[in-house]
Amino acid sequence: MALIRTERLTKKFGEFVAVRELTLSVDAGEILALLGPNGAGKTTTVRMLGSILKPTSGRADVAGYDVVGDARKVRGVVGLLTEFPGLYHRMQADSYLHFFGELQGLPRPKREERIEELMRRFGMWHARHQRLGEYSKGMRQKVALIRALLHDPQVLFLDEPTSAMDPQSAKMVRDAIAELRSSHRAVILCTHNLVEAETLADRIAIIKEGRIIALGTPPELKRELLGNPLLELRLGQPLDGLLPAIEDLVTIEEKGDTWVRYRAQEPGDTNPVLVRRLAEEGANIVTLSEVSRSLEEVYLRIVEE
Amino acid sequence: MLSHALIITRREMRDSLRDWRIVTPIILLTLIFPALMTVTSGLAAEVAVAWGAGQNARVIMGRLVPFSLMIVGFFPISFSLVIALESFVGERERRSIEPLLSTPVSDGELYLGKLLSSMILPVLASYLGIVMYYVGLMMYSDYVISSTVLVLILVLTTMEAVVMVAGAVVVSSQTTSVRAANLLASFIIIPMALLLQVEAVLLFWGDYEVLWAMAVVLLMIDLMLIRTGMRIFNREELLSREFDEFNVPALWRTFKHLFACVPASVRLPRDGPAERLTVKRLYTRDVPQLLSLQKVPIVIVTVVMLAAMAGGWLFAFRYPLPAGLIDFQGITDVDFAASVPDAGFLPGFDPRSIFVHNLRVLGIGIAATPLSFGAAPLLLMLAPMLLVGFFAGEVGFLGLSPLLFLLAFILPHGIFELPAVVLATAFSLRFGASIMSPPSGFTISESVLLSISDLIKIFVLLVMPLLFLAAVAEVHITPLVIMHFFGG
Repeated sequence: MALIRTERLTKKFGEFVAVRELTLSVDAGEILALLGPNGAGKTTTVRMLGSILKPTSGRADVAGYDVVGDARKVRGVVGLLTEFPGLYHRMQADSYLHFFGELQGLPRPKREERIEELMRRFGMWHARHQRLGEYSKGMRQKVALIRALLHDPQVLFLDEPTSAMDPQSAKMVRDAIAELRSSHRAVILCTHNLVEAETLADRIAIIKEGRIIALGTPPELKRELLGNPLLELRLGQPLDGLLPAIEDLVTIEEKGDTWVRYRAQEPGDTNPVLVRRLAEEGANIVTLSEVSRSLEEVYLRIVEE
Repeated sequence: MLSHALIITRREMRDSLRDWRIVTPIILLTLIFPALMTVTSGLAAEVAVAWGAGQNARVIMGRLVPFSLMIVGFFPISFSLVIALESFVGERERRSIEPLLSTPVSDGELYLGKLLSSMILPVLASYLGIVMYYVGLMMYSDYVISSTVLVLILVLTTMEAVVMVAGAVVVSSQTTSVRAANLLASFIIIPMALLLQVEAVLLFWGDYEVLWAMAVVLLMIDLMLIRTGMRIFNREELLSREFDEFNVPALWRTFKHLFACVPASVRLPRDGPAERLTVKRLYTRDVPQLLSLQKVPIVIVTVVMLAAMAGGWLFAFRYPLPAGLIDFQGITDVDFAASVPDAGFLPGFDPRSIFVHNLRVLGIGIAATPLSFGAAPLLLMLAPMLLVGFFAGEVGFLGLSPLLFLLAFILPHGIFELPAVVLATAFSLRFGASIMSPPSGFTISESVLLSISDLIKIFVLLVMPLLFLAAVAEVHITPLVIMHFFGG
């Protein structure tokens, strides 16, 4: 069931079009990564879906509520982790979370229960009475994440959750996000971190100048944009004279003295035939493997185009 | 609505109480300053007696104490401006506003919560200071402040606090940093300083009726500013403004677009080219639509104009001119032409001079519109209308027909001039209001640009031609009509 659905969603600031006719849907239990360079329209999209900004045109509904007509209800079922934690540094963590819990309409016993549960889950319980100004960057981001999760939202928007963080803190937050996957929740993760998108997201939407230019699972995107998988064959002897035996089966991309890289339409069918033919020719096969292709290649190709 | 607002108020007040930069001066001004003022007042009274003021010492205290009371009350509330700027724009600058905006709190609740939190602490401190001063005076002198003055000062202090906080919201909405907001805050500080000086003079003068009237005016300004604040303090405005940039080319493009649009179908952001702009279109569609769209300010200005004339008439009853001072029956064309250049502020008696003069007066009113929220042109219009009413009334005393006076002296050129003045004033009023209440979907700058565009259209297409006709009529027709009815 789709928890987030948009239809030709557009946002203009004066003459500048931040988001252009965006149409997508995100199911319950799914994490969708919005991937794109700075200023691509990721944050504006999330702000519209969180009923913070009104779309200029188009429509969107979140958990069954219209983002314009039912703005207040939308904000009640959405959790937003903003790019900057935006904490009140003079407050203690628990008071801060109580404040947001109260605004979300949680009664005190429920708030206390949720705060303890989430702070323990993210390893923050020991620091609950500490002032937020004394927290490290990673801890602050975790508190912001707890703030977004306090009311157990059906939809979670994570805007650049690990930007400007050191690798250790970023990993901490990424692990926490991975734990948030649940059957009743849809998550949109805005990032320009490709590893983060690839490891956390079920699907990736690449967004540029406010428009979605590619959408799919990471393998789908790779296949669509980088072509069939690239395979590498390494032999224990020189390649001389062996290539004619396989040239009709595959497309040779690169070759060296003892190795060759090729693409095949259907590697599952082609590779056994290829190995058999080479064996018949007396080839000594050392390895046959797929050359790993990063999402970075996909992203750069799309964005540069 | 109040519960969410109060949650925000409570948090912000706690935050303010944790900030020594706010708490320390408030405590000093609340506890120490009233004590100092008590001592100063006592000393002043003693000095007055020692210098032989005798019975007048009491009068001196009667003038000095209310002034001191006002100062004691004002100093703590001056912090409300700082707290408000910090609360509204500081939160935006620290980027802690977005999490707040993502909760189910409405814009109005957020505004109210912040307004209260910015005011409560300084206003309470101010009340406490006033009470301390009051008690101190009772303890160390035999002078007792009248309860009327006490209430007046409390009311004025509260109204001033609201002006500063509500004004701070308007200022904050136009900036993204506390630094820029502090710079813009001079738009609040300077008028407040002037207001205090006027209040001080009135308190020394002992004119409490005028001070009560000022409290009413302040209340109206409060309501206006709160309304403006509620209109412009919204999620869209708070998150759309990224830079304090004065982008002249973008403003010019927006202005051109707004000018080119047919008034009834102005849309922003621009979603296509506007209809072709022709003189025919301007006269057949734009002008009628503008007149229809701006019915309310036109009616308001007309009513004010008629009220001013009625006010002038009443003045004539109060201050009748001695009989024979003006001889309406003996007017000659020589008198008429010769008398005008004697008054230096009046134009020469020819169409060009009158046209330029009228244009200049309306221009001054329009130029002063942004600073007066549209009140300046209205006030400029009041003076001549009061005079017209006054002279019509005086004519009645002289046994002549006021109607005939108006018909002869005003109507021949007034039939063109009065509509021109009403239109220019009404569209200026709307220009002033555009700052306070932008139309839905418009930012303040877009709203101002739209009202300027409408004002220019009306001014050039209607007001100027009407003023020209009025000037010609005033020189060539009005004297003939006057001579016909009143000529000697």
